[in-house]
Amino acid sequence: MDMNTIEAVVPTTDPSQWRDGDAWLAGGTVLFSYGSTVLKRLLDLGQAGWPAITVTDQGIELAATCTVAELYALPASAEIANHEWPALALIRPCCDSFVASFKIWNMSTVGGNLCTSLPAGPMISLSAGLDAMASIQSPDGSSRSLPVSDFVTGDMQNVLASGELLRSIHLPAEALSARVAFRRLSLSNLGRSGVLLIGRLDAEGGLVITVTASTKRPVQLRFPAGQVPDAGMLADAVGDSIPWPLYHDDIHGLPAWRRDMTFKLAEEIRAELLGESMVVSGDFWPPHATSPQPSTQRANNNPQKEAPHGN
Amino acid sequence: MAIEINGAASEATPRPGQCLRTFLREQGNFGVKKGCDGGDCGACTVHVDGTPVHSCIYPAVRADGKAVTTIEGLSNGESLHPVQEQFLEAQGFQCGFCTAGMVMTAATFDDEQRANLPRNLKGNLCRCTGYRSIADAVCGHDGGHAHDAGADVSGAKSPAAVEATPGQLGDNVPAPAGQAVVTGTARYTLDVPGEQLPGLLHLKLLRSPHPHARIVSIDKTAALAVPGVVAVFTHEDGPAQLFSTAQHEHFTDDPDDTRVLDNVVRFIGQRVAAVVAESVGAAEAGTRALAVEYELLEPVFTPQEAILPGAPAIHGDKDGAYSRISRPLENVVAEVHAELGSVADGFAAADFIHEHTYKTQRVQHVAMETHASIAWLDEEGRLVVRSSTQVPFLVKRTLARLFNLPEETVRVVAGRVGGGFGGKQEVLTEDLVALAALTLKRPVQVEFTRTEQFMAATTRHPFTINLKAGASRDGYLTALQLDVITNTGAYGNHAPGVMFHGCGESLAVYKCGNKKVDAKAVYTNTVPAGAFRGYGLSQMIFAIESAIDELAIGIGMDPLEFRLRNMVRPGDHMLSTTPEPEEDVHYGSYGLDQCVALVRDALDRGKERYRAAGLDDLGPDWVVGEGSALSMIDTVPPRGHFAHTRVSLEADGRFAVDVGTAEFGNGTTTVHAQLAATALATAASKITVRQSDTDLVEHDTGAFGSAGTVVAGKATLGAALELATRIQTVAASLTGAALTDCRLVDGAVECGDRVVPLKEIFDAARLQGVRLATDGNWGGTPRSVAFNVHGFRVAVNTGTGELRILQSVQAADAGVVVNPRQCRGQIEGGIAQALGAVLYEEVKVDDAGHVTTDILRQYHIPSFADVPRSEVYFATTNDSTGPLGAKSMSESPFNPVAPALANAIRNATGIRFGELPIARDKIYLALCDRTLIPN
Repeated sequence: MDMNTIEAVVPTTDPSQWRDGDAWLAGGTVLFSYGSTVLKRLLDLGQAGWPAITVTDQGIELAATCTVAELYALPASAEIANHEWPALALIRPCCDSFVASFKIWNMSTVGGNLCTSLPAGPMISLSAGLDAMASIQSPDGSSRSLPVSDFVTGDMQNVLASGELLRSIHLPAEALSARVAFRRLSLSNLGRSGVLLIGRLDAEGGLVITVTASTKRPVQLRFPAGQVPDAGMLADAVGDSIPWPLYHDDIHGLPAWRRDMTFKLAEEIRAELLGESMVVSGDFWPPHATSPQPSTQRANNNPQKEAPHGN
Repeated sequence: MAIEINGAASEATPRPGQCLRTFLREQGNFGVKKGCDGGDCGACTVHVDGTPVHSCIYPAVRADGKAVTTIEGLSNGESLHPVQEQFLEAQGFQCGFCTAGMVMTAATFDDEQRANLPRNLKGNLCRCTGYRSIADAVCGHDGGHAHDAGADVSGAKSPAAVEATPGQLGDNVPAPAGQAVVTGTARYTLDVPGEQLPGLLHLKLLRSPHPHARIVSIDKTAALAVPGVVAVFTHEDGPAQLFSTAQHEHFTDDPDDTRVLDNVVRFIGQRVAAVVAESVGAAEAGTRALAVEYELLEPVFTPQEAILPGAPAIHGDKDGAYSRISRPLENVVAEVHAELGSVADGFAAADFIHEHTYKTQRVQHVAMETHASIAWLDEEGRLVVRSSTQVPFLVKRTLARLFNLPEETVRVVAGRVGGGFGGKQEVLTEDLVALAALTLKRPVQVEFTRTEQFMAATTRHPFTINLKAGASRDGYLTALQLDVITNTGAYGNHAPGVMFHGCGESLAVYKCGNKKVDAKAVYTNTVPAGAFRGYGLSQMIFAIESAIDELAIGIGMDPLEFRLRNMVRPGDHMLSTTPEPEEDVHYGSYGLDQCVALVRDALDRGKERYRAAGLDDLGPDWVVGEGSALSMIDTVPPRGHFAHTRVSLEADGRFAVDVGTAEFGNGTTTVHAQLAATALATAASKITVRQSDTDLVEHDTGAFGSAGTVVAGKATLGAALELATRIQTVAASLTGAALTDCRLVDGAVECGDRVVPLKEIFDAARLQGVRLATDGNWGGTPRSVAFNVHGFRVAVNTGTGELRILQSVQAADAGVVVNPRQCRGQIEGGIAQALGAVLYEEVKVDDAGHVTTDILRQYHIPSFADVPRSEVYFATTNDSTGPLGAKSMSESPFNPVAPALANAIRNATGIRFGELPIARDKIYLALCDRTLIPN
């Protein structure tokens, strides 16, 4: 929608330019979706020229301005071809977890999703699940970095102070090298995530389960190698790590459902990664070459999902 | 640099905070639509350098140096783009407001994307079609191919279709506006070029932050000082006349409890003041600059609390008799108390009694076009209002009454309307722009945001229904008792009608000697409820059809068998709250028994298909069940529904039909053309329908109550038949042939051996001073009844609550189906809208009275991924009251869906869900807590 209080769009990447009434403009899909009656200027990152994706042996650096469409294309790209990173399998399910359509992905950015800090932000799920680090630049010229799982502090809350700019997100090679699992549930088909869990079994044998969407902020359960839990221990850990008030309560899922689904999906992930069993609730997993979707409207009915209608 | 639009560099530069959508519209690209203005609905989809984007969230400045393609630039100017052709061919639209965005999106698809439409079209919302026809359009199917059960059967089962003459009754005539819709040139309410409205002003509303307050003062000074602000209107400037935003043939059907601008606000979001300015931005700034002092009053948010002694009287200042409010001091707008027979005796005779409280939620229409209107004064000084309305003639009356104007000095027109569903049977914008235009003598426009739609338009009435019903072991309904409270919100628009209608056909469809109803419509300090598809029936049918299911289960009988035993048959009185049946409601035709059989057979076939395909076992976590429900609806609203139409022969030998009813995707334009074509022995393509302009015809009550076909259509048919006779008479006098030897054929009259072209007849008539134009009238009575039966097979995941619809089937008794494809579309759309209301949709109001679900991401309407392909069947009936045997079929397909799904879930899980919506989280939690099972 029109943001009629905006007086200027200023192309800059310099946080020292920031003043009250400014907002950083990345893809614009959130700012222009909610609108504003108080903002005066947009500091436009559109001409920042930051490389969207930089792949090194240390991992993947995503500029905050990397679009979701660019990220979605990454697993099929040449630059990633010579890296054995099983965790890349998470990228597409996470992108598909956006309630927003693929058209929005052409504009919306990874950084914008983190900064919006919704519990269901799937770029938060992805980067937190991979122990990504967020790099932040401040108006005073300093910079800092911290884990994405600490970056988001609550429903639409994060650590950014006024004027601070999220510059990039680094996905470390160690996490990318891990075997991963993904589970997601929504109240509607392909809808907003109500629960989204990502599991990672690192090469050394450590297990990390990252809970998003069902909780107001990301919650990570870490089990070092040698202390990988059985079902009961995992359930205890989920119970201990997530107090009741931390479960999110909105139209996209009742907290009691979110809590029970968190336990359920965590166990499905644990069992999958430890090779005990493969039970998959929800959508987008295991990953397919093309995004698998429940198709109920297709003219040629998919016999896997439903019997053909007809006489 | 500049922004290139459809190949031409734009001379204009966007404002800093402008989105691409409004910039493109300012440059005249009206095909770029606003459905949500927040990136959710996709109606504004355009291509930027070939990439599809939602232009409402695309910063316009970012398009600098880029090439933008809108729907207007999609084709090469000579032939349509293939996707446009496909949307025409498959008629993949109804109101058409989403179509440009659908086409622009689908035009970018490759085969892989086309193979996965749930994913790739989830960013394009359609509220009308239920997506089946869109799927066919995107995939290049015509919607009538052999493997498609619904299409097959709709054609085969309609006797008219079998013998249909092209362009006439029973043919799948495409909508006349199709070409305009797929090219983005159809003109909706605000698609008026700037040069036609010089000096256009924009109006924005300051809305109440308080649920109940008296306005002590409004200081306009700072607002008037905002550059561009022209005027501010408050309760001191508006008329004192009380009215109702609800529009009916008789304004006395609704309580006069509303002012254009009131000094008391009764819900969060109510109009406080209107600021008119040279731009939307200035008007917004003006509303923020208003200083309002409120005296807070005690609010009450639930009808149960509102009827308690001591509750604040929301309209206690009104004279109940004058305003037609039943008990203003007790917040009761309207009530009905009736008992037929003795329910006490009926319960005594029962072997099984079901008692349960059913609750239906607030849902919103979510027509893709938001409420909007423009008012100006024409050269003669008449007030002209162009509005997104279902009822232009009633709006005219209301404006004349409010502003004390002679009716002939008011003209109301509607362009193509982007969806209605009952939401546009209200005056929610027209009074404001009329006030401003009359005062300022300049054109004034208002456009609701999507958030304003949610917080301050109207919703479906929430019902709380305490139901008790009894059945005898041999399968008969012995008693039905209903205690109903409806929540009408802060104003009583449609409150009496919805309450009465809700308690009408829902009860009358069952034979039962003992029925008791106590119903009240109650004010609360919440967003007003209004007319919504089904008009009370969907809420009551949810309760009653759920109860019928429980009774059948309770006595150990198949629920459909129980229905067959107890539902009315021709000759049975249809009784609800009065001992005598409505005197003008007849069984003009009866197909309920066929509908039940069609659904039962289809469900049986579906079950067998799953079994044969080896898909009947979905795994240990899944339980499967099926359920059905039926519904009945009177084909016309009570107490008169009038239509005047005019049919004329034009100089070029074509025909013109002037009708009052608006076109908002209901398809009545096509129906008028087909009915006239049938009477005039021609094809619909040779009929030009002009519509929804109060200058065109004398009066038309409007397109609500499913009256488009059966009332206005009847008037058109009558006029066309008379015109056919007149044409033959002129032909007879011209040729000297006997009238009985003159036969109207397509484009001519055959007079014995001579064939006289219609152009010749037009000229001859003109020389004789005869105008070949006839008027048709219909008063909406007598009325008939139409039926819908829905069946579902579902699977429920007991571990997560996920619900899968395995089969969806609806059978409809629409009489003779004028246009099977279009009627099928109405049914599919009704099913989809109802699925939203069963599964997710809820306008939530928090404890302080705020609507919290105020954008489409918080109020999920069914997307392509959510809606199954339904099988649609038609009963074979021929109605004695409707035009050429047709009956109404627009509201009613919605009505049986919720209970059918609830009954299927009951069958699968053993749990009765008596409260809507039945979302996955609630299903799961109920499965965890089996104590929810009644009895």
